[in-house]
Amino acid sequence: MSYLVNGRGFDREPAPGQCLRTFLRELGHFGVKKGCDAGDCGACTVWLDGAPVHSCITPAFRADGREVTTIEGLGRPGAPHPMQRQFEDAPGFQCGFCTAGMIMTSATFTEEQKADLPRALKGNLCRCTGYRAIEDAVKGVGAVETAAPGKAVGTSVGAPAGHDVVTGHAEFTLDTHIDGMLHLKVLHSPHAHARIRSIDKSAALAVPGVHRVYTWQDVPRRRFTTAIHTDHLVDPDDTCILDDTVRFAGQRVAAVLADTVGAAEEGCRRLVVEYDVLPAVFDPEAAMADGAPQLHGSHDPFVRDPAHNILIELHSHIGDVDEGFAAADVIHEGTYFSPRVQHAHLETHGAIAWMQDGRLNVRTSSQSPSIAKVKLEYLFALRPDQVRVFCKRVGGGFGGKQDVIAEDLVALATLDTGRPACLEYTREEEFTTASPRHPMTLTVRLGAKADGTLTAFQMRNVSNTGAYGNHGGETLYAGGAAVMIYRCPNKKYDAYSVYTNTVPSGALRGYGMTQPAFAVESAMDELARALHIDPLELRRRNIVRPGDPLVALHDGPDDVVFTEDGLAECIDLVGDALARTAGPPSLGPQWLVGVGVASSLHETAPPTEHLSEAWVTLGDDLIYELAVGTVEFGEGTSTAHVQIAADQLGTTPSRIRLVQSDTDRTGFDTGAFASAGLFVAGNAVQRAAGAVRDRILEFAARQTGVHVVLCTMDDDGVRCGDRRVSLAELVASARKRGIRFTAARKAYGSPRSVTSNTQGFRVAVHRVTGEIRILYSVQAADAGVIINPAQVRGQIEGGVAQGIGFALTENHHVDGNGVMVNPNLRNYRIPTYADIPRTEVLLVGSADSVGPVRAKGMAECCINPVAPALANAVHDATGVRFRALPLTPERIYGRLPAEQSVSAG
Amino acid sequence: MDLNTITEVVRRPPGRPGTEWREGDAWLAGGTWLYSTEQPDLRRLIDLTALRWEPLVVTEVALEIGATCTIHDLYAFPWPQEWTAGILFRQSCEAFLSSFKVWNAATVGGNICMSLPAGPMITLTVAMEARYELWAADGSIRFVDALDFVTGDHRNILAPGEILRRIVVPRHALRRRTAHRRFTLTRLGRSTVFLVGTQRPGGGDLLLTVTAGTTRPVRIAFDRLPDARTVRRHIDAVPDDVWFADPNGTPDHRRHLTRHFAEEIRRELTAGDLA
Repeated sequence: MSYLVNGRGFDREPAPGQCLRTFLRELGHFGVKKGCDAGDCGACTVWLDGAPVHSCITPAFRADGREVTTIEGLGRPGAPHPMQRQFEDAPGFQCGFCTAGMIMTSATFTEEQKADLPRALKGNLCRCTGYRAIEDAVKGVGAVETAAPGKAVGTSVGAPAGHDVVTGHAEFTLDTHIDGMLHLKVLHSPHAHARIRSIDKSAALAVPGVHRVYTWQDVPRRRFTTAIHTDHLVDPDDTCILDDTVRFAGQRVAAVLADTVGAAEEGCRRLVVEYDVLPAVFDPEAAMADGAPQLHGSHDPFVRDPAHNILIELHSHIGDVDEGFAAADVIHEGTYFSPRVQHAHLETHGAIAWMQDGRLNVRTSSQSPSIAKVKLEYLFALRPDQVRVFCKRVGGGFGGKQDVIAEDLVALATLDTGRPACLEYTREEEFTTASPRHPMTLTVRLGAKADGTLTAFQMRNVSNTGAYGNHGGETLYAGGAAVMIYRCPNKKYDAYSVYTNTVPSGALRGYGMTQPAFAVESAMDELARALHIDPLELRRRNIVRPGDPLVALHDGPDDVVFTEDGLAECIDLVGDALARTAGPPSLGPQWLVGVGVASSLHETAPPTEHLSEAWVTLGDDLIYELAVGTVEFGEGTSTAHVQIAADQLGTTPSRIRLVQSDTDRTGFDTGAFASAGLFVAGNAVQRAAGAVRDRILEFAARQTGVHVVLCTMDDDGVRCGDRRVSLAELVASARKRGIRFTAARKAYGSPRSVTSNTQGFRVAVHRVTGEIRILYSVQAADAGVIINPAQVRGQIEGGVAQGIGFALTENHHVDGNGVMVNPNLRNYRIPTYADIPRTEVLLVGSADSVGPVRAKGMAECCINPVAPALANAVHDATGVRFRALPLTPERIYGRLPAEQSVSAG
Repeated sequence: MDLNTITEVVRRPPGRPGTEWREGDAWLAGGTWLYSTEQPDLRRLIDLTALRWEPLVVTEVALEIGATCTIHDLYAFPWPQEWTAGILFRQSCEAFLSSFKVWNAATVGGNICMSLPAGPMITLTVAMEARYELWAADGSIRFVDALDFVTGDHRNILAPGEILRRIVVPRHALRRRTAHRRFTLTRLGRSTVFLVGTQRPGGGDLLLTVTAGTTRPVRIAFDRLPDARTVRRHIDAVPDDVWFADPNGTPDHRRHLTRHFAEEIRRELTAGDLA
């Protein structure tokens, strides 16, 4: 056999059942990605004799004698294919993991296909962009701009890695080859609750190529939490790397280490496990009842009431809600349910570990290498200097990579054997074992005067943390954001985070706020209807305004400052946009049309400890090296950090070299979550760059004798009065004196600002089938000073798209035994191009942020109002309130007003 | 994905494969489903595409579709204008959840043999009154009505080692008038229901095929154009356990949609009949 890839011949043979995707990667073509390994996502698209195919479902031997083209062969760095250039210029990517497949597909389009992108792109999933930017790329519409020196902020400059992403040369977590690397596969529990009586390893160890089988007896008996926070005490230590009790279907039972993935898989199949099956409980209310199966002992005092499976309880009461309800003219009460949903970042979790110079090195797909490192030190009793953790580009996160769920096993295997070890999650494992959003059931009770003034605001939140408590407490606190948005003298919040025998919940964009926002914003809409007040007007009357305290769980000092009325402006912008676009419905008599709105507000950083350190150094090559721990996974912080530094240093992004997310090469960084990548790390970048600028200016002032106030940065030089000194001269003379222009600065997630937004939808609901079509989507957002307009727009569009998926198309089905029914992208339907409308993005120009250059992170908040705005629009259209998500047709058709169309039958 | 238990691929099988069939074997056509999920029980793949069966053959009496005809080839097939039902080829291809890229490899026979309720090639061939030619491992050949092939979700009448060789669509079916309706929970998603109605050129009858919503295809023949009540009665007569429950739809919703769309098809073909 002979294989021709990108014009080069290979005489290597694939394994008999090997797919083309892994064969091409073995041959070094790492641009060929795995999103699903099942033909659903298109990230692995390559050409066979010029025709695009999904290489993961193409038998490798079928490429024999044919010409294969991968993203690396389509164009080269510096000489890209026109479609690659268009994706760079649009920019048609965020994390960049789907990009190779998008380009390899789009580059084959006929004019007919370009005119029907919903169909032409249905085999390519993107979780980041919301597809508008991809459409622009395919059509050759560009947004990337070039910044003048000192003018990067406010300019839509491209991502630093943009060219590498579109040419397939950007390295993601597993895009590397290491000689002698071993592979791990995990055996998962078929039972939702069981004690492991025995594990017979002998047959597994007899499989050729199997090196080790790890069970609970082979791991450090050290409980920890997989959740990533600076302060590990905000989560319970209730998890072992491998345990003798399994508490959800899918939990790790054993891990097999082998020469190949195939041998490790065979080893897993040969393991003989005896279980004592225990009673299981899946519903949090049932889990809190007396006599319910108990999941955890009392290992950690953090756990409030292990006998009733209560991880944590919050009870707060401000004012007197009973008095408030007594004073109300109208009371609304409703119970709302926000279900489990999955991040579905296109890159699955993965990590590689190896020993180098006696130190453990871990390359991983994490949102925080710094905290992953701390956890590995703790688990394996290592000194800080014995561990390095780093990330290359990460293929999407959305909070899913804010847990340490891959690094522990590879570290275990490498520390044990001394050999490199790799663990790559399958798409199914993402669904069945990685931490989805907490299902929450929320009862909201609102009292209001006839004029709409709130008199009482009560909420009860029962959150399902699943089998373990990672993020269980913090998400509960975060729910306060949906309470503090409205002024009300009487507030009561009771919340429970409850263990059940289901997959552990975790962090997901809108962390703990999306579910309460769905409940509160739905309830406010229902209250508005009861009061016969316009829902936007009801919000205007009750939202917090500058000067008001932000009161959620306690009424006391806080570290949040806001002096501008950003939320009110968002509400007005959406109201105007909906009025402007109102018109007669045009879909026909079968369709019911309505509009809905919802708002949200949250702090620009988490309430827990969040730290970041940035280093800036002017090198001999006259390039500034910016080192910061923040990982890039599509949230765009790398671009923003470079822009902030360039502005401070009076230069352009081309003169900044970014070093990131590597505990050997960057300072501590809590991680890129809770919008802190921009707000906290960005502040560190701004201060470090500002410090280097000041040093350069002071040195130039001394050098020239011009007072420092007359000295300014001027790209590759300094203007001192009417003289100009080049950086080259300054560096040379500084070097003679042993001086380097370098500085480190730390930033902390306090004080904080608020970011806010409002979403509006006009929808049509088919009265017979239950189908929902979005006719118009608009989001107004207060993102403060805009660092990169194209990126901010992209983040909001992507957040709205993900929110639409969570509300309309995604449905996490679990059977009666707690086993997920649809753990794949074929049946858990994240939105495709065809499912997502264009969203009009309107920005409020506030300047009250205490973040870098007075900007505010916008990647997270944007998702919160999406689901309630949809539910409110559906109510407006149909007259029927749906208080449980998702709003899929089969769940809503039966409650729609009687239809005439089938009555003829 | 990699099928790591496969130890051998028979890339050049004999022209009449099947005699060597053993447990752990699977016929390989496009491979687009086979490689999309774990197959731990398989050891050997036998590549049927190597046999180079003619994809599309027009004879005096029928259109013969080779089982390994790709979806791409079927979609591109330039059917004669007098085949009024030819439009169903494209409409059925477009009912695939998968994109045009998968069509480059996926085959008509593969989709039928997978026997999923939402398999659009099943819808197409049942609606077109096709017969399937099956080759048994012992060398014998049998023909079955497409309607009788799929027996349930992912189940069919194939015996171990038996092959679907070709699909024979009778000429008279190709000249029928057609109407179709399809519903999906997401735009361009997998079929929740897929219904096709056909009618002879002069009108007067109705052949209604109901798929995707049911675990096996249901075909209801009306010699004369039925009224709405009659269509509804026949749909209501479909046993409860035939309505399919999966993430792409619930039994109740599927029955509801089928009633609705069957009536739309009836009206469409009735209107055409009157015109």
